[in-house]
Amino acid sequence: MKSSEGFQTSAVKPSQPPIVAPGHSPGSVTDQITAVVLSETPRWWWVAFGFSFLLVMVLLRALTKLLFEGTGIWGLNIPVGWGFAIINFVWWIGIGHAGTLISAILLLVRQEWRTSINRFAEAMTLFAVACAGIFPLIHVGRPWLAYWLLPYPNTMDLWPQFRSPLVWDVFAVSTYATVSLLFWYVGLIPDMATLRDRAQGQFAKIAYGFLSMGWRGSATHWHNYETAYLLLAGLATPLVVSVHTVVSFDFAVAQLPGWHATIFPPYFVAGAIFAGFAMVITLAVPLRSLFGLKDFITTRHLQNMGKILLATGLIVAYGYLVEIFMAWYSGNWFEQFMILNRIQGPYQKQWMALLLCNVLVPQLLWFRRVRSSPILLFLVAMFVNVGMWLERFVIVVTSLHRDFLPSSWGMYSGTVWDWATFVGTIGLFLALLFLFIRFLPIISIFEMRTIVPKQATDTTEETAQ
Amino acid sequence: MSTPATSKRPFALMAEFRSSKELLHAIREARGAGYTQLEAYTPYPIEEIWEELGHHRSWLPLVVLIGGIFGACFGFFMQYWVSVINYPMNVGGRPLNSWVAFIPVTFETTILFAAGAAVLGMFALNKLPMPYHPVFNVERFALASRDRYFLAIARWDPKYDRQATEEFLHRLAPQEVSEVAS
Repeated sequence: MKSSEGFQTSAVKPSQPPIVAPGHSPGSVTDQITAVVLSETPRWWWVAFGFSFLLVMVLLRALTKLLFEGTGIWGLNIPVGWGFAIINFVWWIGIGHAGTLISAILLLVRQEWRTSINRFAEAMTLFAVACAGIFPLIHVGRPWLAYWLLPYPNTMDLWPQFRSPLVWDVFAVSTYATVSLLFWYVGLIPDMATLRDRAQGQFAKIAYGFLSMGWRGSATHWHNYETAYLLLAGLATPLVVSVHTVVSFDFAVAQLPGWHATIFPPYFVAGAIFAGFAMVITLAVPLRSLFGLKDFITTRHLQNMGKILLATGLIVAYGYLVEIFMAWYSGNWFEQFMILNRIQGPYQKQWMALLLCNVLVPQLLWFRRVRSSPILLFLVAMFVNVGMWLERFVIVVTSLHRDFLPSSWGMYSGTVWDWATFVGTIGLFLALLFLFIRFLPIISIFEMRTIVPKQATDTTEETAQ
Repeated sequence: MSTPATSKRPFALMAEFRSSKELLHAIREARGAGYTQLEAYTPYPIEEIWEELGHHRSWLPLVVLIGGIFGACFGFFMQYWVSVINYPMNVGGRPLNSWVAFIPVTFETTILFAAGAAVLGMFALNKLPMPYHPVFNVERFALASRDRYFLAIARWDPKYDRQATEEFLHRLAPQEVSEVAS
């Protein structure tokens, strides 16, 4: 289906790889992306989905145990009353930030390269937020009463404490989940229409037809659609910044040394983008090979994501420095002890590993060769995934385990059920992701059609049937 | 080019084009010839076409603004009502209306209602969901979501005439002209 006509990349600097590989037309991008969904299920998909599904079973096993026996099965105790649940919550929510950042902020600043990665980054956001949401719910102890977190008129005449960051968090995370879902679904509607028109099976036609709501692609449709999409992007941009800010308030509003820091909101937001882009790279590198989508997710995308990873990594490193500086500059005994204990105390290994993963390894991204090598980029991203989890571990545990009174000091480690729940949510994330890549287009087809004619000469539009 | 089948009360006449340029040209010609009830179908958004069709603005931004303002008022006054009127609690003499602490929730409800208004407003203005629409009767219309561009002249256009309009559309060198059965 590719056009035989020449293709000019004059708009792009010669040193930069193009956003879409040469020779594509609206017809060819449509065919290639819909083929991923409408063709036979590849065998590796069953293997990958089956493995993730096993991990989902691990999650269900751990949750069942939790429901029967309570949070005592976890490693939580005084002084460390916040453990894996909050660490995993913050980790997942952070990962969930890249999707909206790519879809909304990069749309507003007209970064066209976002087009081929925004769809699955948004899906990733949704699934990460779903995984994150599990933790506060099960952490409340009696999960069947978790709806008490919401304000609703009740016979007890009780309301949530609106002056508490934990309640702000309920609103921030639920709003974020809702808006991300809306944004993702609105983005999918024209592509559902494409799938409806190209599906062969009766069931697929009806299912995609139902989901596309009767989309026709008329000029009126598109005009209202584009307006809505732009407005959603404008609304999602401050929202994405607010979510991790509010998450950081959970810590920063407390008076505990190691948490009570004004740097937390920007440092958490940067960390979230850092973690999110690491996860996008972790997913994009294998996906583009497995589905033969290297024409759409090109070296250019990898390079740009590498640059964002480096930039946000440097902000995170700055955050670490400011924490240490402020501890010294405050002249506060407890602050200083907290930092020294973090560096030299019983959790020194975790702290060193964190620096290695989040500060040292990302420096490799200064080299173009690393940024354009999918394998190296993937490895750096894996380091960051681990590093960001360690960062939350260090913030939560080292601050709590030795507070003001030495008599109440203690140590913390996760139990097997802590780990099972965590690994289980990774399984849930992957299982949802595999279902998504099987049934929905992982790249926004209509947006790809939009950027193709701009790149190509006019003649490529007239593709032969 | 096939001859369209005739039905008693067609919905429109529709011409298929192979590029957005041809479609734009056709819209200009049709507007020049005095047709007003036009609709164009494209595989991706093209803002020029919306303008060529003579439309101007969408109500959507206003809908979203109203949604946002409602969300802000709802979020703030919910907290105000709970903290000051329904369950006032004196904590160390601090003001009941501690509005600064109410801002994060107010902000979130603003975004939530504005985003909801954007999506629902878009559906309403586009009259979605609409499971059936006459244009789907044209078999080749399935390509409108791939790489073809369609122009429809509605039956209720004052200048619509089964013969004359069809001949007019044929003169624009389309791929095909079809009658859209209603």
